[in-house]
Amino acid sequence: MGFLEVNDLKVHFPIRGGILNRKIGAIRAVDGVSFSIEEGKTYGLVGESGSGKTTTGRAIIGLNHITSGQVMFEGKDLTSKKSKTQHVRKDIQMIFQDPYSSLNAKKRVLDIVAEPLRNYEKLTKIEEKLRVQELLEQVGLNPESILKYPHEFSGGQRQRIGIARAIALKPKLIIADEPVSALDVSVQAQVLNFMQEIQKELNLTYLFISHDLGIVKHMCDDIGIMYKGRYVEEGTKQDIFNNPQHIYTKRLVAAIPDIDPQNRQKQKHLRDEVQMEYQQYYNDYFDNEGLAYRLRNISDSHLVALPEKG
Amino acid sequence: MNNALLEIKNLKTSFRIRDDYYAAVDDVSLTVNKNEVLAIVGESGSGKSALAFSVMGLHNRAKIEGNIYFKDHDLANLPANKLNKLRGDDMAMIFQDPLTALNPLMTIEEQIAETLLLHHKNLSKKKRREKVIDLLNQVGIPRPEHTCDQFPHELSGGMRQRVIIAIAIANDPELLIADEPTTALDVTIQAQILDLINDLKENMNAGIVLITHDLGVVAEMADRVAVMYAGQIVEIADVHTLFANPRHPYTRSLLHSIPNIDGGNDKLHVIQGIVPPLHKLPREGCRFAARIPWIDTSAHETNPELHEIKPGHFVRCTCHNQFYFPDEKKKEEQADGIS
Repeated sequence: MGFLEVNDLKVHFPIRGGILNRKIGAIRAVDGVSFSIEEGKTYGLVGESGSGKTTTGRAIIGLNHITSGQVMFEGKDLTSKKSKTQHVRKDIQMIFQDPYSSLNAKKRVLDIVAEPLRNYEKLTKIEEKLRVQELLEQVGLNPESILKYPHEFSGGQRQRIGIARAIALKPKLIIADEPVSALDVSVQAQVLNFMQEIQKELNLTYLFISHDLGIVKHMCDDIGIMYKGRYVEEGTKQDIFNNPQHIYTKRLVAAIPDIDPQNRQKQKHLRDEVQMEYQQYYNDYFDNEGLAYRLRNISDSHLVALPEKG
Repeated sequence: MNNALLEIKNLKTSFRIRDDYYAAVDDVSLTVNKNEVLAIVGESGSGKSALAFSVMGLHNRAKIEGNIYFKDHDLANLPANKLNKLRGDDMAMIFQDPLTALNPLMTIEEQIAETLLLHHKNLSKKKRREKVIDLLNQVGIPRPEHTCDQFPHELSGGMRQRVIIAIAIANDPELLIADEPTTALDVTIQAQILDLINDLKENMNAGIVLITHDLGVVAEMADRVAVMYAGQIVEIADVHTLFANPRHPYTRSLLHSIPNIDGGNDKLHVIQGIVPPLHKLPREGCRFAARIPWIDTSAHETNPELHEIKPGHFVRCTCHNQFYFPDEKKKEEQADGIS
């Protein structure tokens, strides 16, 4: 039994129309996604905008309604009505993408970080203040700053406030949705380092959602690649980067800018080649509706969505 | 040099905060040559966009001092009506966010035709539509006749950015300023847009100023690179020199802090402190000094200037001669201890 297991997850958004505003169709944002994460590992969920990676993350934590499928967290089914008790939810927390809009501008840092504590733990005012100060210290912020407002902090500092809020209840799983996309390179490094540090310290498991393959390669142990709501490839970091099999993964990997200007021509050449291949063989890799096939094992750890042969 | 297309001399762009003016671009001198991509790199707050907006004359209430020479005009001191004749015609800009840069109430054809109409009044309606379709073809939009009549919300991010580029190149500009053209886009689309800009450069023979914070994009695109920190240029070099032999501590720190695509789970380098806000910028001495406190203060100049250390390679301040990363020093000491 895995730590987190997602089985055939589907999230469909209804399209309404007609005079009675009835459901006339559905957008299949997540369409049959399965994966599992081991405790203490970082799992990268990669895809372009619109691929359903964020919806998957939000569905796991309960921010999107799950149409069908199962989310098993430490053996408990999060989708069944019975376990919608909040005690399980407390172990899963989220870090949001934009540190500018995910913190309430009218609340002080104390209130922002203490909010989850107020929901789950009954603390006195003094205990609460001490806990928040402790948390701020843990994320490398001045504990004196509990009375400040979010606008008084820089982007990197704000993201740390978001992290302090996420770790306040000592969660086991953190869903990080593009946690550094909105940050500058130097600040990005700061937040990524810090996420790795607290992972060791608190034995956290990350579901790391990102479109930046450079960062995913740096952070993650296992990686899943999504396209139009389905998985096209899953494997360890080595599988994905050294031996990509699906045409879409190849295209993603080829699109990463190379930091060495010497390789510019080579890189362009590679991109053109993959682009040719992509156009030529697109129909071999996707079905009539342009969706990916079912995943099939090509090694113990490596799964690729290839069509059935024959 | 006759090859220069744009010459910026001692440009100083200041914004008013309360009652004082603070320079966001502080004494910047630059040349952009024909048929060249000059990348301007820096973090947010470094003044790179303020510089681009100054060239295009898009600042409303900023105080601009210095000179910007472009085609026998000094853009810094040009009245708006003359500037309007140049903008969109001889020089054009590609904006960062393709959603907000397009008018949601106009069709794609109308938006592109607007630029054509402003500078070529005698173009017939039929000719205009032909030209618009031709432009959309050039930027790689698959069904231009169909796209023409669509509205921005019907297009994807990558397609919108192509429309922005089509508007920018509508009148064959000689100078193209691209302000973070791919930041809002996915990696695969980014690669396509960058290849497109590269192709356009070869076909149009234009000078391109590429503003970005992404060093990967710089490595793929630029001929020369200017690194900006706190309103000043701290290093200029051709792209190969800059990546192979960066000198300024800021450039080195930036290159050091990106996750290495071939590397493992090593710790990333973190630049200490933050880019100070505009009204708290140190106006004297080396502006980067506060972020490398382990370097001896005597290493910095009192009035840091750009020094040409090799032909075409300029570095500000003398502190680069004594700069090292703290973890390098440790390794060296360990190595010394062993030997």
